[in-house]
Amino acid sequence: MSTTTNNQQKEYSYLADVWKQFSKHKGAVVGMLIFFTIILTTMLGPFVWRIDPDAKDLKHRNEGPTITHPFGTDNLGRDMLAANLAGGRISLSVGLIAMVISILIGTVIGLLSGYFSWLDGPLMRLTDLFLALPILPLLLVIIMLYRDTLRGIFGPELGIFILIVSIIGVTSWMNTARIVRGDVLAAKEQEYVTAASALGSGGQRIIWKHILPNVSSPILVSAALGMASAIITESALSFLGLGFPSDIPTWGRLLFDAKDFMSLTPLRVVWPGMAISLIVLSVTYMGDGLRDALDPKIRSSK
Amino acid sequence: MFTFVLRRLLIAIPTLLVISFVIFFILDSAPNDPTGNLPLTIPPEVRQKIRDSLGLDQPMYVRYVKWLRQFLIYEPLNLLEENTGIKIGDSEGRLRIVSYATRSPVMELIAERMPQTLWVVGVAYLLGIIISIPIGVISAYRQYSIFDQVGTFVSLIGFSLPTFFTGLLMIIIFGVKLRWFPSVYDTTLVVKDWKTFVLQVKQMIMPVTVLTFFNASRLTRFLRSSMLDNLNMDYVRTARAKGQKEQVVVWGHVLRNSLIPVVTLIALGIPGIFGGAIITEQIFRVNGLGQLLIIAIQGADIPLVQTLTFIFAVLIVFFNIIADVAYGFLDPRIRYS
Repeated sequence: MSTTTNNQQKEYSYLADVWKQFSKHKGAVVGMLIFFTIILTTMLGPFVWRIDPDAKDLKHRNEGPTITHPFGTDNLGRDMLAANLAGGRISLSVGLIAMVISILIGTVIGLLSGYFSWLDGPLMRLTDLFLALPILPLLLVIIMLYRDTLRGIFGPELGIFILIVSIIGVTSWMNTARIVRGDVLAAKEQEYVTAASALGSGGQRIIWKHILPNVSSPILVSAALGMASAIITESALSFLGLGFPSDIPTWGRLLFDAKDFMSLTPLRVVWPGMAISLIVLSVTYMGDGLRDALDPKIRSSK
Repeated sequence: MFTFVLRRLLIAIPTLLVISFVIFFILDSAPNDPTGNLPLTIPPEVRQKIRDSLGLDQPMYVRYVKWLRQFLIYEPLNLLEENTGIKIGDSEGRLRIVSYATRSPVMELIAERMPQTLWVVGVAYLLGIIISIPIGVISAYRQYSIFDQVGTFVSLIGFSLPTFFTGLLMIIIFGVKLRWFPSVYDTTLVVKDWKTFVLQVKQMIMPVTVLTFFNASRLTRFLRSSMLDNLNMDYVRTARAKGQKEQVVVWGHVLRNSLIPVVTLIALGIPGIFGGAIITEQIFRVNGLGQLLIIAIQGADIPLVQTLTFIFAVLIVFFNIIADVAYGFLDPRIRYS
């Protein structure tokens, strides 16, 4: 009984320690504020800003910012603020789910290849192979060839969502796998693992109970950065016209649609572009801060 | 060293074979039909004939081996023949990889588009390297100074902003509002005198700036941290202690050592640049390889897509080897056995 309370106390002070170090990194704190502001805005925005993003109003098309349409309107008179809010929700969920897939694959492959030396060779060859794939051309090709099939199976919106999220996830796990593998290799040699195995713990238990918690900080950092790069990849695909179709507005798709009206309504380009850039910048800063905060060497030195 | 290079090259062969098969398999297993884009009035028998003439009636592995033979043996022989005039074998009867859409050999299409990409991408990459070295060195040497803070912030922005946003911003500011540069790349422009040369430079400025900004940011960040690692090394203290001038210490000793990982990064980045060029070429409508790939994908031009994607893969594998070899060559502490 007493050991559990001890553990909880320790855990609390660990988190407090990490937070103390994290809050010293001003950029990371500002980044975190911006990041959560954007997430809250896109999630709660539609409840406050009640204009339907699909409502067309041909009398008020290609307008600059006005009071009724603070972000202006597009060529069909649709409200750009509503479109950007709706687009943000899709872009962010693509980033989040693609990141989760990529982190899961990367962590499992990294753990297996670091812990079981007979799996190390084949799994690392597989990682090298994926690293040698020309990712962007392949993503474009796969979307082009499979989107109609998947849209047929899962419906137009869910189909393309599943396709994009899964291919981004499946093609971006390699760095996580390499980092995790390296850390597992180092952790495997530590005394506590020898002790655990001397006490009779099996491979599975050692991996989940002892090694995984100790390699969790690099996983967390690469999760943050992975989300940013997934959002960029999705936007790039949509920007090339091979991501989401125009009836599903993501930030990248909004940029793609806006670029043909650049001389008429240049601000239409700026809103989604700013949103993508702010998310990526804030996540990068947060990742930097997290890396410092989770590194016990840096934390203890200050 | 020699055996190491040889071994890497030998490992590259199965890697590339697997990649080419993966690409072929993805393209082939897709529920997609090259005659799908043809008018609906064409009767089914004719459609079947078109499919047969494209060789689609054969099983997949036969077509894969055929494609491989065309790519690895026939096309290099054609290239050799065009450039040197040496004829090997039956040069007229050799089957070439032919595009579905234009019916011309894929390699000719690629050769047509290559110079545009190389010019824009190559110039941007070189400029990125040239700009990043002084900024990275000064940033690291004067760590936390105003120069460093501004430099780090700007390079973080350049690193984070997607090129499709910076590109569009540039077009809005310099193309639409200020009208300094043309916002659409004129692909028919032939440089023959001073005037057309100025036009060419003018239309290259925006795409090159966008790519340079991105490349320079990436390299600056990397060089700065590499310099910081090296500045605290013992050999720097030794160099100072024996009375070397500070400039020699920084620009000679420290920079040279800091460049070792940067050189590998530069080599590794070259194939990625071609990927990034896909987006930049699409923004500024440069008719390079990236645009060719997009057109081919949209037109379901399988042979062209297959060949282009595989060329990208070859570039990645090749520059990976170059990076590894360069690392061993530059860093005497690493010896391959």
